[in-house]
Amino acid sequence: MITFMNNSDSEEETCNERTSLMSAESPPVPSYQDGLQASEAGEVQVHRKRRTGSSRSPNDTADGEMSDSGVPVRESTLENEEEELTLKYGAKHVIMLFVPVTLCMIVVVATIKSVRFYTEKNGQLIYTPFSEDTPSVGQRLLNSVLNTIIMISVIVVMTVFLVLLYKYRCYKFIHGWLILSSLMLLFLFTYIYLGEVLKTYNVAMDYPTLFLVIWNFGAVGMICIHWKGPLQLQQAYLIMISALMALVFIKYLPEWSAWVILGAISIYDLMAVLCPKGPLRMLVETAQERNEPIFPALIYSSAMMWTVGMAKPDTAARGPSQQTWDAAEDGRENHRSPSHTDSQMPEMRSPVPTRPTTSLEELEEEERGVKLGLGDFIFYSVLVGKAAATASGDWNTTLACFVAILIGLCLTLLLLAVFKKALPALPISITFGLVFYFSTDNLVRPFMDTLASHQLYI
Amino acid sequence: AFFWLVSLLLASLIWFISVHLSDREDAKLQYGLLVFGAAVSVLLQEAFRFAYFKLLKKADEGLAMISEDGRSPISLRQMAYVSGLSFGIISGMFSVINILADSIGPGIVGIHGDSPYYFITSAFLTMALVLLHTFWGVIFFDACEKRRYWCLGLVVASHLLTSGLTFLNPWYEASLVPIFIITLCTGLWAFFTAGGSFRNILKCLSCKQENDSRVMMYSALQVPLED
Repeated sequence: MITFMNNSDSEEETCNERTSLMSAESPPVPSYQDGLQASEAGEVQVHRKRRTGSSRSPNDTADGEMSDSGVPVRESTLENEEEELTLKYGAKHVIMLFVPVTLCMIVVVATIKSVRFYTEKNGQLIYTPFSEDTPSVGQRLLNSVLNTIIMISVIVVMTVFLVLLYKYRCYKFIHGWLILSSLMLLFLFTYIYLGEVLKTYNVAMDYPTLFLVIWNFGAVGMICIHWKGPLQLQQAYLIMISALMALVFIKYLPEWSAWVILGAISIYDLMAVLCPKGPLRMLVETAQERNEPIFPALIYSSAMMWTVGMAKPDTAARGPSQQTWDAAEDGRENHRSPSHTDSQMPEMRSPVPTRPTTSLEELEEEERGVKLGLGDFIFYSVLVGKAAATASGDWNTTLACFVAILIGLCLTLLLLAVFKKALPALPISITFGLVFYFSTDNLVRPFMDTLASHQLYI
Repeated sequence: AFFWLVSLLLASLIWFISVHLSDREDAKLQYGLLVFGAAVSVLLQEAFRFAYFKLLKKADEGLAMISEDGRSPISLRQMAYVSGLSFGIISGMFSVINILADSIGPGIVGIHGDSPYYFITSAFLTMALVLLHTFWGVIFFDACEKRRYWCLGLVVASHLLTSGLTFLNPWYEASLVPIFIITLCTGLWAFFTAGGSFRNILKCLSCKQENDSRVMMYSALQVPLED
């Protein structure tokens, strides 16, 4: 009881202080009465901190009509509340995304550093037909650029195809495609990964055990991703399939092509999400028009947004699958580019209408999560993994790329809080990552190595 | 951490250019350039610490403006501590992680005549450096806040001194011991700067719960308002 009273007292105090501070602009005598009246009307607007908001109340209540003062104050207070919540939860969202991105990168780096398989050159994908084993530098550069062009065009074609399918409501086809690709990821790639890890650590495993393990892993993964499952398990599976995908890319993309592809794909991402006719933007807008979620499993969601039945009347108007769009319209939840669809990538496209049955009243206000496309996870991990694989055994480069990517993500989320619409997550992070990779590898590494050989510290 | 990385990048750039412009064969010159590079790096680190301070001040003002009671949720001291700690962590990691990775592999330390205590002294030096960066962060921000520029100068000087002492490796008595003394002194200085005192330590250790007299204050304040 004491705390409650304290709260209300302090709120009234704050309110009075604020209004009386603000009314320093208006004549003193009426302002004191305004302050009192405002405090009475102010039970609702106690938390509004914006100067403009509270400065209206003296002026409005000078008319002596409380109802009038209520309305304009309430409008401005809603804006203030939104801004405040945006910034307050902005930091929380940043942390909520840092953790999965970091985990994915850790898995990829740990695998690259320990399992030899993923750093051996065993051929290339058909999307990068030009080999890089050429004698001259110019030829190699040309080959990598050609590889990039082919890869990006494949991605563009796949994305456009997906958007067309979505536009013409061929949901069954999309779902079938996504299920097929996630099947392949969860079973085939996991089998290969497990095989290589066992080989590296020289652990024997018989086929029945292997079958059991992979069957359980894959089946639970399919259920979690495509149907219902605990949020954290679903997040874990999405992280794992992103890591697997990234490892495949690291293995099969030749050196220079990988870097050029990373650069090109961030430019493509920028255009696809921001240009009015970009495929990803059209996808997001179509989904918004239809009040549907975008293939939730293509996207990593940091919070549960689905409700089965809502008890609270104010949000009960929206159905379960529209909860996320409710939030999106409020501008608090923002999509990021589900990135690209390419043929290898249908793996990440698995729709997940996770509808956990836990009670979600308390989640409405708190858990407006942020969503990040799985492609972003994959390319971040590719960058860091490539840095770990090819930076002459140096951990500094990996660390530097890691920090650069996280800072890029932070900046992107900041922009998201400012612009409140879907933004591409790749460009800033990948740019920072590439800059830091090349500069650390070529400039910082010799410096730090020379310092370390003399045991000098800076 | 990002700011420290950028400062390291710039310093390496300067060193790299200077090395490439100079005679590779001359060992003394190369060593001199290394010293120069290290000094430039230290100065750049402190400059970026200052830049980070400015950035945080701006962010602090923004947070204070939109917060409930006009004060930002994070105090400047907490920000100073976090900034110092992160500088320390990234600096320590860059110094030690390659050594750690190499320490797993097969090998004999100091087989070519170098000191066999390389790993353990590296570990201790890194620890000292991380702690030092944390303390420097606290002192630096406080000095910038209160505009005590002699404190700033002292922080930069102690950083240069520490870095310079590492040049005396592998004469570990001359480098490790003074560095730890410096760490201890800087730690005490940071403790007192952050508002600590012997009384605080005693209170903390005695685990006494002080009576919260704030309730009385609020109800005391309430009386005039109801007039």
